[in-house]
Amino acid sequence: MKSMFLILAEGEEGGHTPESPLAIEPVEIVLSLIVFALLFLAVRKFVVPNFEKTYAERTQAIEGGLAAAENKQAEADAKLAELEQQLADARHEAARIREEAREQGPRSSPRCGEQAQAESARIVEHGKAQIEAERQQAVTSLRAEVGTLATGLAGRIVGESLEDDARQARVVERFLADLETGPSAPGAN
Amino acid sequence: MISAASTITAAGDGFTAPGPANFEYPELFSVGGVDVTKPMVQLVLAGILVLAFFWMASRRAAMVPGRLQFAGEGAYNFVRNSVGRDIIGSHDFQRFVPYLVALFFFVLVNNLFASIPFIQFPTFSRSSMAYALAGLSWLIYNGVGIAKHGFVGYLKLQSIPSGVPAAMYPLLVPLEFFSNILVRPVTLALRLFANMFAGHLLLILFATGGLYLVSEYGGAVGVISGIAAWVMAILVSFLEILVQFLQAYVFVLLNAMYIQGALADEH
Repeated sequence: MKSMFLILAEGEEGGHTPESPLAIEPVEIVLSLIVFALLFLAVRKFVVPNFEKTYAERTQAIEGGLAAAENKQAEADAKLAELEQQLADARHEAARIREEAREQGPRSSPRCGEQAQAESARIVEHGKAQIEAERQQAVTSLRAEVGTLATGLAGRIVGESLEDDARQARVVERFLADLETGPSAPGAN
Repeated sequence: MISAASTITAAGDGFTAPGPANFEYPELFSVGGVDVTKPMVQLVLAGILVLAFFWMASRRAAMVPGRLQFAGEGAYNFVRNSVGRDIIGSHDFQRFVPYLVALFFFVLVNNLFASIPFIQFPTFSRSSMAYALAGLSWLIYNGVGIAKHGFVGYLKLQSIPSGVPAAMYPLLVPLEFFSNILVRPVTLALRLFANMFAGHLLLILFATGGLYLVSEYGGAVGVISGIAAWVMAILVSFLEILVQFLQAYVFVLLNAMYIQGALADEH
């Protein structure tokens, strides 16, 4: 490769032999090192600290922001849980009230009026039946008593033998009055 | 490419093929007996540009970055995180960040000079410039390795591979020493230099070859093939931009890997 370069170069430039491209040029090496060293030092002193400082601040700001956001989130979660608790309580309360109303409802509902009417009708019926039974019982006992009374009265009439017309008249009248007051008396005698 | 150039030359059409002479610049001026050439000016200019950019980008250090600071942070982060932190490891990388950042952008700007109009010369196609940075890299990674493990410990680390039977040592120890200590700076420098050199040579070839074909060779064949050569020159220019970036990246990436290897506890 090198020889070919040299041949070409010699052909072109007629005698002037350029150095091999791989040749070491001390001036260029030294200059490269100086320039790069200066660049390196400047970058290290002026550029990197600024960037790193910015990154650190930014990281801090982002982390602070994240922490704040987390706090806010936790607060919001707590608030939400509280509200849900309240809502659940309210629902529970409403259910309890509805249940109570359902238990108490029949007393105040229209259906309860019908029931009351039926009840009162039943009571009235029961009373009537009882009264009828007592009346029958009274009639039965009266019939028996009327016989006894009539017999006694007749005996007394016969025994006293009309000693006083007036008394006799009163007795008869009283008897008749008694008969008239008892509805079943005529039938009994 | 060289063979193609020499074929044309051999055909005797008077085409001057590009060669090493294209990488030799006359001195622009002289400072204290030292001749200053264009690549040397470029080198200084690159240093100034890189520093100016980063200084302006980082100067305000605002929490909410402006456009320039954002660009600067993106550039800085690229080297800091994807090269420094990911290769060297989060424990040690911070002290190498200035070196890696300065190195990457210094090499990158010098490479990009090859594609910037009116400059159009990759500084590191001057091999000595690449030797300098590779030599510095050699000093740094060996230096941090010796500082951490001691001289003997470091030599053991770099020369004796772990998990290998002792019987293999006579074969492997010289090989490891050779590859880890001696060859690395050479390959580092040559890779950068040769890529820049070849890319620039290729561009000159297509550009001057196209010009020769159109103006000297002439005819339909000459014009058509000359225009084709110029199209190729444009395509190669884009390829070269990629190569310029990749070589800067590879250079700094290998630096980081060498440092990481020197700091490692196990080889």
